[in-house]
This record gives sequence, structure tokens and C-alpha cells, in this order.
Amino acid sequence: MVDARGYSCPTPVIMVQKAVKDGAPQKLEVAVDNQCSVENVTRFAKNAGYQVQVSDLDGDFKLTLTK
Amino acid sequence: MEKESFVKRYGLLIGTGLAVGAAAVLLTALGNPANMGFCIACFLRDIAGALNLQRAGFDAEVGTGIVQYIRPEIIGLVLGSTVIAFVRKEFRPKGGSSPMLRFVIAVFVMIGALVFLGCPLRMVIRIGGGDGNALVGLAGFVIGILIGIQFLTRGFSLRRAHPQSMAEGLAFPVLMLGLLALLLVRPDFIFFSAKGPGSQAAPVLAALLVALVIGILAQRSRLCMVGGIRDAVLFRDFRLISAFAAIILAVLIGNLALGKFTPGFAEQPIAHTEWLWNLLGMALVGWGSVLLGGCPLRQLILAGEGNSDSAVTVTGFIVGAAISHNFGLASSGAGIGSGPVALTVIAGFVVLAAISITNMQKLES
Repeated sequence: MVDARGYSCPTPVIMVQKAVKDGAPQKLEVAVDNQCSVENVTRFAKNAGYQVQVSDLDGDFKLTLTK
Repeated sequence: MEKESFVKRYGLLIGTGLAVGAAAVLLTALGNPANMGFCIACFLRDIAGALNLQRAGFDAEVGTGIVQYIRPEIIGLVLGSTVIAFVRKEFRPKGGSSPMLRFVIAVFVMIGALVFLGCPLRMVIRIGGGDGNALVGLAGFVIGILIGIQFLTRGFSLRRAHPQSMAEGLAFPVLMLGLLALLLVRPDFIFFSAKGPGSQAAPVLAALLVALVIGILAQRSRLCMVGGIRDAVLFRDFRLISAFAAIILAVLIGNLALGKFTPGFAEQPIAHTEWLWNLLGMALVGWGSVLLGGCPLRQLILAGEGNSDSAVTVTGFIVGAAISHNFGLASSGAGIGSGPVALTVIAGFVVLAAISITNMQKLES
């Protein structure tokens, strides 16, 4: 799980970019705390070939990225 | 994977960019200073003047400086963001991500902006007006952003922000309401320039309404001048930079239509031709803004959403403007200021480098 809560963009996207580069995982969970980061991570993930599902995480957001 | 349509991907941003450009031309036609439309740096500087934190160009005869006015554009941008953030349930008070470092960076960003004579938004508006000096500024801006990106990709971060109280999140928007009251009541202790750029202003209501609309659009689209170039370089993502281009296009068309497009370097409105300082001033703005996570406009919008780190940043801009004018660091149409401009700009780069280097860390998941 990439926990990017508290970070503002572009840091969450950079963290996800790094996780994708390092292991090219089939599935990756990302936590962010603002709508702007949800949009930015989603866009990045889709461009990298992932499908994205957004769910609630104690009032924050959990993004589940799957190939 | 479904393909995002062009309109869905770029529509809101290009629309916002066109609206910002049109608003800049409109507000200038209604009385704002030339090629200024709404420049965040200039208008925060004017607010610093209205609160008597600076009185640049003080004229004893009329009793005011030349850049003192409570700009309703700033108030409208923040409150527009606040309103739409509440409507969209995106108003989330948070802060605590190195507020003092943000304050220091903001001071130097403002000093750099006033050496160039404009924030990134006015730089774009000046380009659309034909001001060649702004292209030199753009080169410096890009250099600054590229430097900042080097640190971002190596783990630079001002650390996590944390949830804050509703009072902390609302403090800045409420402060804007206070400024609005002072603007409407015009008490004697608030200063309004009798001449100079500070005396040139669109009608309050028109400026406020236009800014409210732009504030809403900017919050929805996440418009950011720095983010445009940053995302294009970092992620090959050209959404934000499309708005950048749209602003130039709208301003260009507007100026051509009104016969106000005057290409060249000399005699540009509220601009100077000292290219080295235009370049270095905007490099400071670019680098600093990458560290802050957004341009001055974006900081206003985030402050409106309850981000108190951005509110501190805007406060730093206002203090930076006061420092710029009180110590002769701000430029004018005649050239750079009479104070220690070179020393301060160099100090700015040293400070940004120190903050960049000392805040690189492994981003813990």
C-alpha cells in the first residue's frame, strides 16, 4: 500500500510512479486524502495501463490499481 | 480501458484558460492596469500597500503611494474556491506541512516576481500582449521549474500535512471577508492610491464577480501555471499546460480585437528590459513554486479550500511584497530597483537550494 495521505500533488503521483517502476505490480493500493490527488493518480494509472477503483478509507480515499 | 474523450480530458482546463484570458482583457478594459488583468503578485502587493505595509512611490502631495489598493480580485478568487469546495464537499482543513519553510520560500518567490514585474499568470498575460520581456521571463521560469523537478524526483517533500480544525481552515477565507468589508467601508486607516497603478481599478462589483467565477473554475480545473510545465516534463501530461496556452490565446485575441497588441521589448506597460533580471526573477519564482506545489494563483485556490499551509504561503507573498518595496528590490518600468537586488536574488537561490537539499528524503509509504 502506497500511503500518500498528507502529501499534495505531484508527490502522490511520483510515489505511485516509483512503485510501478520498481516492481510493475499487478495490483497496487494507494491512499490519498484529497480529490485532486485522486484525479491525478487515476489519470497516471490509466496511462500506465491500470484499471482504477476508488473507495472510502476512513473519510480519505483508497485507490485500487489492477492490470 | 476506455479512452477518455478530448473534451473530457481538456475541456474544463482549456475553458478555464480561455475564461482567465478573457477576464484579464475585460478587467483591463474596465480600468485595471495594462497587461495586468489579474496578476496575483501585483494584487497581493497592492493589498500589502492598502494595509500600509509598504508605500512605494509615496507622494506627500496626495498622501499615498502608487500601489495601495484592496484588490477584490484576490478576495473573489479565494471565496469562489471556498464556495465551490463546500458545494463539492472538498473543503478539508489541513496544514502543518513545513509552514515556516513555506513562508520563507513564498517571500523569495514574491521578491523574484517583483523583480520581473509579475507572477506566472501576468507573465502569460504579458506574452499575450506582445511583451517580449515576458518571453525572457518564461525562459527563466522554465529553468527554475526544471531545477525544482530535479529535487522532486529525488524525494523532495515539505512533508505530510495533517487534518486541522474547521476554524483553522476557515481563518483565511474569513480574513478575505474582512478585507472585503474594509474595501466597501473604506475607513481612513486603509490606504488607496490616488495615482499610479494602485489607482487604476475595475469597478469593485465587476472585479469581485469575475474573480468569483474564475475562482470556481480554477478550483474545479486545478489550474496552475507551474503545474503545467512541471507535469509536461515529469509525466508527459499536457492537460495543465493546455490551459497555459489557452490563456495566451484568449489574451492575444482580446488584445488584437481591442487594438492593444503591441509586439516588442521596449516601452511595454509596467515592464522593464533588463533581460538578466527578468530571467533570474522568474527562475526564482519557478523553482520556489515547484517546492510550494503550485503557482501563486493555485496557492490562493488551495487556501480557499481550507489548506492553511497555502494560507501561510499567501501571507508570505504579502510580506515578501512589503520587503520588496520597502528595500528597493521591486522593479519599475524604468528598470530594476535601487536596493540590493543582486544580493537578494542570489540569497534567494541559496535559500531555495538549502531548503531543497535538506528536505530530500525517502518517501515512506
